[in-house]
Amino acid sequence: MKEMFEKTGVQSPEIVRSVFPPIERINRGPVAVIECYQRIPCNPCATACKAGAIKPFEDINDRPDIDFERCTGCGLCVSKCPGLSIMLVDGSRSEENVVFSIPYEFLPLPQENDYVDALDRAGESIGKAKILKVINRSYQDRTPIIQVEISREKMYLFRNIKIGGNLNG
Amino acid sequence: MRQVEVAIVGGGPAGLCAAISAASSGAHVLLMDRNKYLGGQLIKQTHMFFGSEKQYASTRGIDISEILLKQLDEYKDNIEILKDTTVLGLYEDGVISGISGDEYFKLKPDVTVVSTGASEKVLAFPGNDMPGIYGAGAAQTLMNVYGVKPGQKVLMVGAGNIGLIVSYQLMQAGVIVSGIIDAAPRIGGYLVHASKIRRMGVPILTGHTVKEAIGKDCLEKAVIWEVDEKYEGIEGTEKTFDVDVLCISVGLSPLVELLEQSGCEIKYIPELSGKVPVVDENHMTTKPFIYAAGDVSGVEEASSAMVEGYLAGLCAAKTAGFKHPQFDYLKEDYHKQIEALRAGPQGERIRRGIAKMKGGLR
Repeated sequence: MKEMFEKTGVQSPEIVRSVFPPIERINRGPVAVIECYQRIPCNPCATACKAGAIKPFEDINDRPDIDFERCTGCGLCVSKCPGLSIMLVDGSRSEENVVFSIPYEFLPLPQENDYVDALDRAGESIGKAKILKVINRSYQDRTPIIQVEISREKMYLFRNIKIGGNLNG
Repeated sequence: MRQVEVAIVGGGPAGLCAAISAASSGAHVLLMDRNKYLGGQLIKQTHMFFGSEKQYASTRGIDISEILLKQLDEYKDNIEILKDTTVLGLYEDGVISGISGDEYFKLKPDVTVVSTGASEKVLAFPGNDMPGIYGAGAAQTLMNVYGVKPGQKVLMVGAGNIGLIVSYQLMQAGVIVSGIIDAAPRIGGYLVHASKIRRMGVPILTGHTVKEAIGKDCLEKAVIWEVDEKYEGIEGTEKTFDVDVLCISVGLSPLVELLEQSGCEIKYIPELSGKVPVVDENHMTTKPFIYAAGDVSGVEEASSAMVEGYLAGLCAAKTAGFKHPQFDYLKEDYHKQIEALRAGPQGERIRRGIAKMKGGLR
């Protein structure tokens, strides 16, 4: 499972589910999903977390250990992660859809209320997603966060968006 | 001949930090760089760095160079900067010769820190000298320093961090990346970088290498094939990519020529990416008046290059007779930082290389 990931760069659904918060937590409001599967020397997520949800690292090579109950879904870690491996998921807004907040460093930025292609972890289209908000404040240091609404059944598949001609093909 | 307390050759992340560290110890520093600007590779690194706060994690490389230049400016009374200056020779007695602008010069530093970095390795295949075939770092310089796209469609060769990051930045610049290949069976760079580009739809083909480059006047097609366990191409597995750019990112070689010339002991250590100087834990070479820091002493990340620079600058200043008031504390802190950066599985190769370098194995 891990081996395929290291060959192709695409996480298997099992690996993805292993880092997702429980569905009850997702349904209560925004919470961070951290897809950092490898021990590398990096700790800004833990130092950015003001809620004490991401435990301070003992060794800088530690993988982030997040307490979903303490996570407030503030999103500070999302734009701080150099690997862009963190997003927020929020299942509190409707029965049918979930809202993701993903880091997105490409131009042009999407516009609110646009419908864009939703992509999975291999960059394949999995349908349409609606852009709710584009957040691009100075503290994010040029890593805008895009709030995207997508059907709940795509929750474990969704990871990226595609706008017009700024991506391959 | 001109006397200098601490000379630093190369103004990249290691050299800048060495200059700050030596100047803050009270030594007069002469910092030389062959480019018209300081910062080395930092000035094209638009991505956020890994590491911890002490190594400016989560800050973009381009901004780290600004931070370091500001720190340098705080010691401007103690630091003289010579840009557009190429050091040509470092002799056994420590004398440096070089050319600054059009002027030839010689100087005699008390101590020298060599932080010349590394250069990109090449890959041998038929047609590899065709226009359109770049080192990945060169393509990155073209687009991020000069604002020039290297081409329209790229095949990246090498799935280490540089190959993955440059692929991502090519896409940010609006260039199509048709794929990333690597002869190794696994992705060598951080998986977060791989996932970042993979979810944009760029395929990563491990276990593949370039068979040949095809084109009349410049690159038109790249043919790749699968490799066996001995990294030899397998007939019948060829795939063709219609690309006008091939980026080669198959590693870096330390630029040790000056150190070699000076008579420092040099060893060939594959884990450190080639010929490297033998250095002690403070980055002093086998000559007590020559230090080496950054990629020239073993290719690693910029985060460790910066800490090595701070450490070498601190110790070089002390050798020159300028002991920082917090010398012991700082030295221990730098050692701890370097050790922590190398402690994980990604640092295993470096740890093995350093053990070889120190253990006298050849």
